[in-house]
Amino acid sequence: MPVVPEPVLTMSGIGKQFPGVAALDGVDLRLLPGEVHALMGENGAGKSTLIKVLTGVHPADAGTVELGGAAVAFASPLEAQRAGISTVYQEVNLCANLSVAENILLGREPRRMGRIDWKRMRARAGELLARLELSLEVAAPLSSYSLAVQQMVAIARAVDIDARVLILDEPTSSLDADEVAQLFRVMRRLKDEGIAILFVSHFLDQIYEISDRMTILRNGRLVGEYLTRELPQVELVAKMIGQELAVLERLHGEAKVFDRPLVEARGLGRVGAIEPFSLTVHEGEVVGLAGLLGSGRTEIARLLFGADHASTGEIAVGGTPQSLRTPRAAMAQKIAFCSENRKADGLIPDLTVRENIILALQATRGWTRPVPRDQQDELVDRYVKALKISPPNPEHLVRNLSGGNQQKVVLARWLILEPRLLILDEPTRGIDVGAKAEIQRLVAELSDGGMAVLFISAELEEVLRLSHKVQVLRDRRLVAELPNDAGLTSDVLMETIASGGRAS
Amino acid sequence: MTTLTAGRVGLPAKYLPVLVTGCLLAAMFVAGGIRYEGFASGQVILNVFIDNAFLLVVAVGMTFVILTGGIDLSVGSVVALSTMISASLMAGPGWPPYLVVPLVLVIGSGLGLVMGYIVHAFDIQPFIVTLAGMFLARGLCYTIGTDSIPIEDPAFTAFAQSRIDLFADMWISPSVIVALVVVGVAAYVLHYTRFGRAVYATGGSEQSALLMGLPVGRTKITVYTVSGFCSALGGVLLSFYMLSGYGLHAVGMELDAIAAVVIGGTLLTGGSGFLLGTVLGVLVLGLIQTIISFEGTLSSWWTKIFIGMLLFVFILLQRLFSARSRR
Amino acid sequence: MRRLVWPAVVLVLLLALNLFFTPSFFSIEVKDGHLYGSLIDILRFGAPLILVSLGMTLVIATGGIDLSVGSVVAISGALACLQISQDASVFTAVTLALGLCLVLGAWNGFLVAGIGIQPIIATLILMVAGRGLAQLITDGQIITVNSPAYKVIGGGYWLTVPFGILIVLGVLAITAFLTRRLALGLLIESVGSNAEASRLAGIRARGIIIMVYAFAALCAGVAGLMISSNVSSADGNNAGLWIELDAILAVVIGGTSLAGGRFSLGGTVLGALIIQTLTTTIYSIGVPPETTLLFKALVVTAVCLVQSPSFRAKVLRGRGRTAPPGPAAEKKVRVSL
Repeated sequence: MPVVPEPVLTMSGIGKQFPGVAALDGVDLRLLPGEVHALMGENGAGKSTLIKVLTGVHPADAGTVELGGAAVAFASPLEAQRAGISTVYQEVNLCANLSVAENILLGREPRRMGRIDWKRMRARAGELLARLELSLEVAAPLSSYSLAVQQMVAIARAVDIDARVLILDEPTSSLDADEVAQLFRVMRRLKDEGIAILFVSHFLDQIYEISDRMTILRNGRLVGEYLTRELPQVELVAKMIGQELAVLERLHGEAKVFDRPLVEARGLGRVGAIEPFSLTVHEGEVVGLAGLLGSGRTEIARLLFGADHASTGEIAVGGTPQSLRTPRAAMAQKIAFCSENRKADGLIPDLTVRENIILALQATRGWTRPVPRDQQDELVDRYVKALKISPPNPEHLVRNLSGGNQQKVVLARWLILEPRLLILDEPTRGIDVGAKAEIQRLVAELSDGGMAVLFISAELEEVLRLSHKVQVLRDRRLVAELPNDAGLTSDVLMETIASGGRAS
Repeated sequence: MTTLTAGRVGLPAKYLPVLVTGCLLAAMFVAGGIRYEGFASGQVILNVFIDNAFLLVVAVGMTFVILTGGIDLSVGSVVALSTMISASLMAGPGWPPYLVVPLVLVIGSGLGLVMGYIVHAFDIQPFIVTLAGMFLARGLCYTIGTDSIPIEDPAFTAFAQSRIDLFADMWISPSVIVALVVVGVAAYVLHYTRFGRAVYATGGSEQSALLMGLPVGRTKITVYTVSGFCSALGGVLLSFYMLSGYGLHAVGMELDAIAAVVIGGTLLTGGSGFLLGTVLGVLVLGLIQTIISFEGTLSSWWTKIFIGMLLFVFILLQRLFSARSRR
Repeated sequence: MRRLVWPAVVLVLLLALNLFFTPSFFSIEVKDGHLYGSLIDILRFGAPLILVSLGMTLVIATGGIDLSVGSVVAISGALACLQISQDASVFTAVTLALGLCLVLGAWNGFLVAGIGIQPIIATLILMVAGRGLAQLITDGQIITVNSPAYKVIGGGYWLTVPFGILIVLGVLAITAFLTRRLALGLLIESVGSNAEASRLAGIRARGIIIMVYAFAALCAGVAGLMISSNVSSADGNNAGLWIELDAILAVVIGGTSLAGGRFSLGGTVLGALIIQTLTTTIYSIGVPPETTLLFKALVVTAVCLVQSPSFRAKVLRGRGRTAPPGPAAEKKVRVSL
C-alpha cells in the first residue's frame, strides 16, 4: 500500500433520524486530497442525506465531522462553502439569465469604488475557466450554453472559493459521452491540484473510469470503503444491493407458456433518457426490469404509458400499432402505470382515499358521468379490504396515510380499471415488510388471472420471486433478456448488470 | 484548450425585447408625424415626459420588483396616499414642503419595507400582500379625507409650475428632471452594484441565488422598499402635476406601471429586462394617449384597449421567447 | 365541514355586533309584498359578489386566479344595456351579454391552458383591455335604460324574495350540482392539488381549465347584469371596479387555498357575506365608511398570515422542532449574511 496522506475531511459515526426512519446510522466517510471518491448506494441508501449533513443542510444527530483536523458543524450550505466545501448538483444551481462571468463571480464581483468592474470581472472569469482548460465567451448568458458547459461553469464557481472538497452530486446524469469526457478532464485536473472530490453517479463505467476510492452505503448503514481498482464490479453490485441468504421460494410454480403477445415495443427510445429497446410482454406474464437506479428502468415504464413522448420506435398493443402519446391513450388500451414517485406523480394529497382510488376511473368517464356513489363505495370497500388499506376509512385524507398504504391506494386506483398491462415502478419501495409481501402476493395473483405485469424493483430478490422473465438494464440500455428458470439467481443477475450483458 | 462558442451571431438576444419596443415607439412617432400636423415636434415628445414623469418613477420601482419575480399592486394607492398626506399637511397644519416631502418618502418606503418583510418572512404571495397594502393605503387616504385637498403652499406651487427652458422654445418641468435622475440612479444600481445583480439573480432562480450565497431575503425586502419609495416620489410628482391631494388619484396606476414594464420587455417571471425598456414602455403608453388626443374622434378608452392588445402581443412574444431559450 | 367554523364564527360575531348597535337589526318584515330588513339587504347587495366569488372559487381551486372578472362585470352590463337601449328584447340582450362573457372567459382559459401563460398575467390582459371594451360599448357614457323587465334581474322580487337572491341560490345550486353531484369538482381539485399526477391519472386538464375560466366569466356576467339592472344603467368605467379583489378575498376567507386543491363553495359564500356584512356593519355602527378598506386590509393580512405555514411555524408554535427544514435553513442563511 502506498502511503496514505492525511484525509482532508473525516466524518465518523454519523447518524441522522427522520420521523420514523433512521436515514443514517453510524456512517463513516473520509476524503483524501487529490482523490476522486465515489459514494455508492441504491435509492434510500442515504447518499443524499450524508451529503446534506456534510454541507449543513441537515444537522447530524450523532457523529463528528472534521475538516483539516478541526471539528466543524455547518449550519448552512453557505458556511460549508466558506470553509471550502463546495457542491455542484445535478440540476445546475446557477442563474441561467445571467452571463457566464457573473455566474462564476456572483456575490464576489471585483469592484472599483463600490461599482462593479465588469472588465476585470470578465477577465477573472476567463482566467478561472482557463484553469479548467475551458474557453467560453464569458459575457454571453449562461442559458446559451449546453447543460454540460453550465455544469462546468458551476464547477469553476465552486473551485474559485478555494475549495478543498468538491462534491459532484450526479453531475453526469444528463450528459452525453463527449460531455462526460470533458467533465472528467476537468475533474482530473482538479484532482492534480490536490482537491478532494466526492463523486456520485449511477453509471458504473464512469465510477471505474474516474474514481480512486469508494464508500458504499446500504439502508443508511456503511458497507465499507474500498479502493476502486481492488473491487470487482460484481462485488460492488452485490454490496450495493445486498444479498439475503435465505433462498426464497418463487411465487410462480411451473413455467407457463406465453404465446399471446400483449404489448410489443420495437426500437422504442427517447433521446437522453433510454436508448432504443425492444420488449414484448405477453398476457399473464410478469416481466421484471432489473438494473440500478438511473439505468433507465423508469424511462421504459414512462414510454410504455405515454407519460413521455418516444423519439423513436413503435408500440403495438394486441397486434395493432398504437401511438401512445398521452396517458389517456395508454389507458384506452388498458395500460396502467403506478409511478415510482408516489408523492409527485401519484397521489392527490388534498383528496380522500376514496377519491384517490376512483380518480382514474372517473377520468376515463369524464366529469359528466360521475361514478355513482354506491358503486364508488362498493369498489373502494372491496379494494380497501383486499389490499388491507389502513386505516380502513375511505374518507381519510390520503396525505395522512403511511407510505405503504399510500402505495396501496395508488395501486387500487389502477386495479379498478382492470388493466391488461399493469406497470409497477418500485411498488414496494419505502414500505414495510408486511405490506411488501402483500403487494408481491397480489402481483402473482393478478398474473395468474391473466393480467400482464411489468415489474420494476431495485431488489433483485423481489424481481426474481415474481417475474417470468427478467430484462436487465445498465446505463440507459436494455442489455439482456433472461428467462427466469432455475438457473437464474441473483448472482447471475448481478453479474449481468455488472458486465453489461457482455458475458452472457 | 477546449473552445466552446455560444453559437449566436449579431445582437445579443437579451436586447431584443427592448429593441422591439424601441422600434414600436419610433414607428408610432413616425406614423403620428405623417398623420397629424404638428405631431412631429420635439415638444410633443417632451410633453409625453412631462405628463408621465410620475408614472415613469413608479414604473422604475415596479421594474425592481418584477425583476425579482414579484409584483406590487400597492403602487397606485401609495401614490394617492402620498398626494393626500402632502396636501393635508401643507393645507392643515401648514407644514413646509421641505419637511413634508421627506416625510412622505419615508412613509412610502416604510410601507414597502413592511410588505417586503411579510412577503419574505412568511412566504405569502406578493400578489396578496401588496393587495392588502393597496387596500390599506387607499383606506388611509379616505381616512384623511374623502374630498380633494388643493395645495396652495407658495414654494410648492412655484416649483411645480416652473418651466425649464431648453433650446428652440422647448421646455420641460422639474418633475422630468427628477424622473430622469431616478431612472439614471436606478439603472446604475441595477447594473453596477451587487444589490442590482442580486435582483437579477433572485428573479432568475431564487433557489440558485440562495445556494450561491446571495442575500435573497434582503434583496426581496429591499426591492419592495424601493418600489414604496418610488411610489411615494411618484406621488410627490403627481402632486406637482395636479396641485391637489385626493384619495381617487392614480386609481389603476399599478396596471399602467405593470403594463409599461411588460411592454418594455421585462419578463414578468423575473430575471430579465432593462430600465431602458421600462422608459420606452412608459413612452409607448404616453404616445398612445397623445395619438388618441391628436386623433380627436377616438375616445380615451381606446387607450386601454390598445394597452391590452400590446400587453397580449408582448406577453405572447415573451412566451415564445422563453419557450425557445429553454431548449 | 370543520373549515367552515371560523368563517361562520366571524360572520356570527359581526352580526351580533350589529345587533348590539342596532337592536332591530335581525327584524325582517313584509312591506308591499316584499321582504325588508338589514339581513335581506346584506344578501341583496352581496349577491353580485357571491356570484363572482363562486366562479373565482373554481378558478382558484385549479391553482389559477382571474383578475379580469371586474372588467367582465362591466362589459356584461354595458352590452345588455346597450342592446336594450336599442330596443332589443331583454332576452336577446341577456343572451348576447352572457354569450360574450363565455367567449371572454374561454379566451382567458385558452391563454392559461393552451398557451401556458401564468394565470395572473393572462387575465391581466383582459382586466386592462376589458375596461376599455366596456367603455367602448357604452361610448364612455352611462347608458340608462327604462325596462321594467330588465329591472327585475337586480331589483325585482318574486314571491316576496328579492330576485337577485334567487339568482344566487340558483347559480349556487347549479355549481354545487356540477361540482359535487357530477364529478367536475373532483377533477378540478385533483388538477389544482397535483397537476402532474392528474395527467398521469388520465385527466384532461386543459378542457377543465378552459371550462372553469369560462364559468367564472359567466358568473361575473350575471353579476354584471344584476348590478346594472339594479341601478337601471351601465357604467363601463366603475361597474365591478375591484370586485375581483373582493372575490379573491372572499374565496381565501372561505378556506380555499390560493395554491389550489380543495375548495369550499359554502366557505366562499360565507366569505362574501362576511365582506358584505363588514361594509354594512361599518355603516351601522357609525364608523366612517371610508375606513372599510382599512378593515379589509387588516382582514386580508390576518387571514393570509394564519394560512401561511411559515407564519404558523414561526409565530404560533414557536421556532421549535416542528419548523420544517426548508425555512429553518433559509433563516440561518439570512443570519450568516
